[in-house]
Amino acid sequence: MINRYRRGLFITAFLAAPVTLYLVYVISPYTQAFYIAMTDWRGVTATPNFIGLDNFVRLFADSIFWKAVTHNAALLLLLPLLTIVIALFFAFLLNVGGGGRGAAGVPGSRFYRVLFFFPQVLAVTVVAVLFQQVFRPDGSGMLNGPLMALGLRPVGFLSDPGIAFWSVLGVMVWQAVGFYVVLFSAGLASIPRDMFEAAQIDGAGRVSLFFRITLPLLWDTVQVAWVYLGILALDVFAIVWVMTDQHGGPDFSTTVMATEIYRNAFTYFRFGYASALGVVMFFFTVGFAVLSLRLSRRERIEY
Amino acid sequence: MPTMTSPAVETSRRAVRQERRRLGPLSALSHAALLLWTVLTVVPILWTFLASVKSEDEIFGDAWSLPASLRWDNFARAWEQAHIGQYMLNSVIVVAFSTFGTMLLGSMAAYVLARYPFRGNRACYLLFVSGLAFPVYLALTPLFFVVQNMGNVPLIGPFIGLNTHAGLVLVYIAYSMPFTVFFLAAFFRTLPTAVAEAALVDGASHTRVFFQIMLPMARPGIISVTIFNVLGQWNQYQLPLVLLQERDTWVLPQGIADISTAAGYDQDWSALFAALTLAILPMLVIYTIFQRQIQSGLTAGALK
Repeated sequence: MINRYRRGLFITAFLAAPVTLYLVYVISPYTQAFYIAMTDWRGVTATPNFIGLDNFVRLFADSIFWKAVTHNAALLLLLPLLTIVIALFFAFLLNVGGGGRGAAGVPGSRFYRVLFFFPQVLAVTVVAVLFQQVFRPDGSGMLNGPLMALGLRPVGFLSDPGIAFWSVLGVMVWQAVGFYVVLFSAGLASIPRDMFEAAQIDGAGRVSLFFRITLPLLWDTVQVAWVYLGILALDVFAIVWVMTDQHGGPDFSTTVMATEIYRNAFTYFRFGYASALGVVMFFFTVGFAVLSLRLSRRERIEY
Repeated sequence: MPTMTSPAVETSRRAVRQERRRLGPLSALSHAALLLWTVLTVVPILWTFLASVKSEDEIFGDAWSLPASLRWDNFARAWEQAHIGQYMLNSVIVVAFSTFGTMLLGSMAAYVLARYPFRGNRACYLLFVSGLAFPVYLALTPLFFVVQNMGNVPLIGPFIGLNTHAGLVLVYIAYSMPFTVFFLAAFFRTLPTAVAEAALVDGASHTRVFFQIMLPMARPGIISVTIFNVLGQWNQYQLPLVLLQERDTWVLPQGIADISTAAGYDQDWSALFAALTLAILPMLVIYTIFQRQIQSGLTAGALK
């Protein structure tokens, strides 16, 4: 009896603090957000005014909201696609596709892995400010300087509404690739060497080595990468907020759901409206998670 | 037939030649691709380092010019006048406490949930893990008011409300719980039970078994999650942006972002580059020393 009592006491003591913190700071805000989304609260009145689904009606008629959704959707498609393709290519070269027998990586592969990963440990705001300078529109920008020296017109990487989004995407890919090179390398390391060697003896070149062996065996890891990058694409905030003109400009050409939530809540104090946006974003995220789990249910290859 | 080679030798020679033809340009291309990405990764960072010792005029001149003399005073201005030193200290304090708190509370919760069946165990675990799926932006507005209200709690209120580091630490701990509990619970489940049971039979308390046996056994997992949390909390921008609005409480990402967005005619561009360098260099050094652990720590988290 005393042992059972002790055990219960132990469980309670160990869970009390983490559960309390989690309920207060995570669960309670999330549940409140769903209610606030149905009010016109602006933070001045003590009790928010319930207005039902009005915020959502306004939201769906708001062209800036649709721009933000479009940008998130484009990132959701392009960020994983580009990052995974580039990272798979490099991981293959560094681990298997060095040419010659034995399925080794190219020389210096360790060095490349260490180097490519580095942007991953930099804070997103540091990366954003750094690229703001790299992309400067005048001759003192890292990219436009050489362009202008060659007599070409400077490119408005962040000031041209037609280009700014691609600059944001480029920086996100720049920061992410190294992580997935390392992730895929770890996946490749768990595939037995002799599988590559056997395929090579059977006459497989590097291209078929990649598409027939590497990709199918790495498929699980590629799916993990897809989900992670998808969440990154839906969650993007700091890079847009810090790097682009007018926090999502120029002319809303780079705005995303997260920047619109922050702007509505903490610039315009439209807490209800911002929460409604948050609810929409929540359903996007959950929808994406469910969808990717469904689609990824594939036969697992045993080896 | 000028030479008499057997068909077999002829085919193998042809195969070698073919393979060379196929691999030659491919090899060159793949090396070119690797070098290109190396340049893309290294050059913007080196360019920033270079600009950090330039004068204002040199920064506004030719982008690729070398500085006439090394202006170390840029760093002094970034450290003192742009308060990078203060922000960095704030970041160190916040991350030190929040990572410690996250690991302590997270491993306690994960351990109990992984190894002690009790009524509500599964529900509690799912409650923690469900946090992995929520976008933090949904909670932002109410969280602001939750922390504001914390400021009204008697006695400890002034320490954990808005614009306090302890308040941010508590929020970081709470928001790091989902991943920490998820990862460590999976880890604790894989550990053998025999040692812990023997210790319990010998009369050790549950708490003692946890701290003296299970926690040391879980070291590889603990290290991975610690790295994950340190980097995540060090780089966090969204939560401090909402919860720390007084300038002297700011953490490093806020300070860096502010130097660039508060642009005006009196913008100190060389101090901006010096500030960036100050934010990048320590990370570069720490990463170079611990790159093996950092790489495996972060990717282990993704693969679980």
